[in-house]
Amino acid sequence: MLNNKIPLGPLAEKWTNHKFSSKLVNPSNKRKYDIIIVGTGLAGASAAASLAELGYNVQAFSYHESPRRAHSIAAQGGINAAKNYPNDSDSIYRLFYDTIKGGDYRSREANVYRLAEVSNNIIDQCVAQGIPFAREYGGLLDNRSFGGAQVSRTFYARGQTGQQLLLGAYSALVRQMNTGQVKFHSRHEMLDLVLIDGEAKGIVTRNLITGEIQSHAANAVVLATGGYGNAFFLSTNAMASNATAAWRAHKKGAFFANPCITQIHPTCIPVASSHQSKLTLMSESLRNDGRVWVPKKKGDKRHPSEISEDERDYYLERLYPSFGNLVPRDVASRRAKEMCDMGHGVGETGLAVFLDFEDAIERMGKDVVVQKYGNLFDMYKQITGEDPYEIPMRIYPAVHYTMGGLWVDYNLMSTIPGLYILGEANFSDHGANRLGASALMQGLADGYFILPYTIGDYLSGKLGEKASVDNDAFSKTETDVKNRIENLLSINGNRTVDDIHKELGLILWENVGMARNKSGLEKAIESIPKLKDEFWKNVKVTGTADELNPELEKAGRVADFLELGELMARDALNREESCGGHFREEHQTEENEAKRNDEEFSYVAAWEHKGDDLTAKLHKEELVFENVELTTRSYK
Amino acid sequence: MKVILKVWRQNNAESQGAFETYPVENVSGDMSFFEMMDMLNDQLVLAGKTPIAFDHDCREGICGTCGLFINGRAHGKIRGITTCQLHMRSFEDGETIVVEPWRAKAFPVIKDLIVERTSFDRIMEAGGYVSVKTGGTPDANAIPIAKRNAEEAMDAASCIGCAACVATCKNSSAMLFVAAKVSQLALLPQGQPERVERALNMIAAMDEEGFGNCTNTGACEIECPKEISISHIGRLNREFLKASLKG
Ligand SMILES: Cc1cc2nc3c(=O)[nH]c(=O)nc-3n(C[C@H](O)[C@H](O)[C@H](O)COP(=O)(O)OP(=O)(O)OC[C@H]3O[C@@H](n4cnc5c(N)ncnc54)[C@H](O)[C@@H]3O)c2cc1C
Ligand code: SF4
Ligand code: FES
Repeated sequence: MLNNKIPLGPLAEKWTNHKFSSKLVNPSNKRKYDIIIVGTGLAGASAAASLAELGYNVQAFSYHESPRRAHSIAAQGGINAAKNYPNDSDSIYRLFYDTIKGGDYRSREANVYRLAEVSNNIIDQCVAQGIPFAREYGGLLDNRSFGGAQVSRTFYARGQTGQQLLLGAYSALVRQMNTGQVKFHSRHEMLDLVLIDGEAKGIVTRNLITGEIQSHAANAVVLATGGYGNAFFLSTNAMASNATAAWRAHKKGAFFANPCITQIHPTCIPVASSHQSKLTLMSESLRNDGRVWVPKKKGDKRHPSEISEDERDYYLERLYPSFGNLVPRDVASRRAKEMCDMGHGVGETGLAVFLDFEDAIERMGKDVVVQKYGNLFDMYKQITGEDPYEIPMRIYPAVHYTMGGLWVDYNLMSTIPGLYILGEANFSDHGANRLGASALMQGLADGYFILPYTIGDYLSGKLGEKASVDNDAFSKTETDVKNRIENLLSINGNRTVDDIHKELGLILWENVGMARNKSGLEKAIESIPKLKDEFWKNVKVTGTADELNPELEKAGRVADFLELGELMARDALNREESCGGHFREEHQTEENEAKRNDEEFSYVAAWEHKGDDLTAKLHKEELVFENVELTTRSYK
Repeated sequence: MKVILKVWRQNNAESQGAFETYPVENVSGDMSFFEMMDMLNDQLVLAGKTPIAFDHDCREGICGTCGLFINGRAHGKIRGITTCQLHMRSFEDGETIVVEPWRAKAFPVIKDLIVERTSFDRIMEAGGYVSVKTGGTPDANAIPIAKRNAEEAMDAASCIGCAACVATCKNSSAMLFVAAKVSQLALLPQGQPERVERALNMIAAMDEEGFGNCTNTGACEIECPKEISISHIGRLNREFLKASLKG
């Protein structure tokens, strides 16, 4: 049975009570514990630094050269907090409420409330680190608004908020590396998790430069390894972002929650050619001042400046008068797809809509627009060769974030004792749809303010129980890892890793993408395992195991995406309702909005791996709502 | 279009490298430079040859992972962008493109076009932070900071740690990288308590890693993809001088 460990008591007191009742590790004993942290993005770096400051010995791992390269660096728009600095009636409760509602009531009240509660501490922490957030002339912090909220609660550092937050967490981390409290292993990829008596006691890694396979033992293991959006091949994620750490843990017993719930971001630069290797996000903050429109006439290929006001359909403003261009991401994405499917799309492929700044430039002046969005406009111009100050941007939705992830309880522990999951890698707080500027908040909440309080509860009883790499479990896992690598290198078929990955991506995009239906999902469930067979028979990986070998790295990751992809489709087929990012065409209202089925699906779907040739088993964690009323989300 | 790539190939840190030439056909102007490399690598793999190793990740100019010397210019000839932001429309049909890794003593080549820049992390370890622990910090609005200073600190903080500045500098100096961090924190009240040690320690770490001295040629500023100004080096020099007098 899944025990989510949600503390008793009133919502606003749960976290305080829980911190008080959790067991502590005596300060002088902390140095007797080793903790492995895999991943040093926002979640991992903040956790590693904070645990080291408390006195734990931390071993941190990343396949990146430096923690500063983690994908968190790319977040543009901002980070939410309930500071209410603008005096616009924000509060912890409102941030909680917006996040629960934005998530379409598929997240836990207690987790989301805690997130809102610690959000303010995060901003204090970041400012103390010297993060240069945007300020007003009086010297105080500036805020902006973001999709899914009617208050301004987003803190930002130009269009580089993720970069500045990550560099802040990185600075806290290097400080601990300098004292030796954190040992950082760069260019080390975790390839498997090691369990002893059912508990997480270590990992096996590959040194990406030398190829050496190594075991590492500890008292507990933390994964902060990011999301799995790259299962789709094309996404806004960095090229190397992958699901291997999470998937390996899943195969060792960690349940995977809501794998089908993925976020498609409405404002990305459209695909230009079949050689496209990744998609670039244009920050959602652009929707604050830009207006989305398509020509009313189908197939209208005129230059946008020749299309007069009354020939334009500002469809978001028309359909959602009160939120307008600021509706949540899932709604904005689906409506864009719908417009294009109906033939109103613009650009050469017809798979794009306009995001127009003409009015904004008139209203605020070009200088202000340059100051607010300059770097995003430059980026757009560099990629497309078009100048958004002169001609509206063309945008289209792209895979961006994964709400699904490894299941965790209130303490952020997975179903494997001693294995904790942080950041985008867990499923915890965003339900069926994440609001903008909330992932950075969650990653840092997990790392700075939650795990340091909850991990002690597990560790306190385990003094002296550190595993040794001499345990057979390690050598056995090492052998498995080596065999798998040998296998990949010996196939020597005639398709490249990318070629197969692109095929998987297409299957997922078409059947498990923005709109899903039964027959498409069944098709995906049939075709993905076939593609997996094809991979293991026909992939070609050059080079050897004991050298820097990027093709080999990719191959291992794609092999895992192939398995995860199937589970995504199964989960989507099981969830006979529409909620947030999961839109089942069979379940929609007359106005084409998502239609939830709270009677039957108000649960977290947690999947248990049963074996390579067996279907995963579904476990349900019922969601209990004691504080908010489940309403149909309306942004009209 | 068609281009001819002359690429540096080197098996590992110990081996001798050499240039190899690859003609690449069917290149479209909308491809990024790396997408062109992907296409070439796919062809190499299918021919059973070792693909060209190059570092990259975000492919949108922010992670600082990529960095190639292209026709003798760090990140190519266009100012203000990284290698991953370079598109093939910036090249001529039939052009020969020479591609090399960063070359500096402190950045050993580990394979082909990939170098090891962990020396940058070690410089940061020496003082590129404010010593605050998690928790117990004052309210974020407790200290007002003049917008002007916050903006200038942000200019400096934009450094992505790509090391183009070092690769471009004839002395392989890391001054622009170090200056960006020292300057960011010197401009903010949070950075004041450790101001003296920070400048001294980071410069000492830089020297220890084998980076050269700055002789103010200004090449770094021109090649920096984030257009970090050398005025920050001026500030670093002043910080260092003040610190040396005090220290
Ligand atoms: C383009 C873009 C813009 C975004 N903008 C915003 C925004 O404005 N606001 C917002 O709130 N959110 C935003 N997000 C989402 C947010 O950036 C991410 O969800 C968040 O940064 C994830 O952080 P993380 O620490 O969980 O993972 P990551 O930053 O992805 O870090 C993963 C870490 O794990 C390591 N790793 C992974 N697997 C292994 C392995 N097997 N072995 C060793 N190491 C491993 C990696 O090396 C890395 O260090 C954006 C996302 C994208 C893609
Ligand atoms: S100063 Fe510029 S060139 Fe040097 S590392 Fe930073 S971003 Fe790169
Ligand atoms: S790949 Fe990230 S900056 Fe170029």
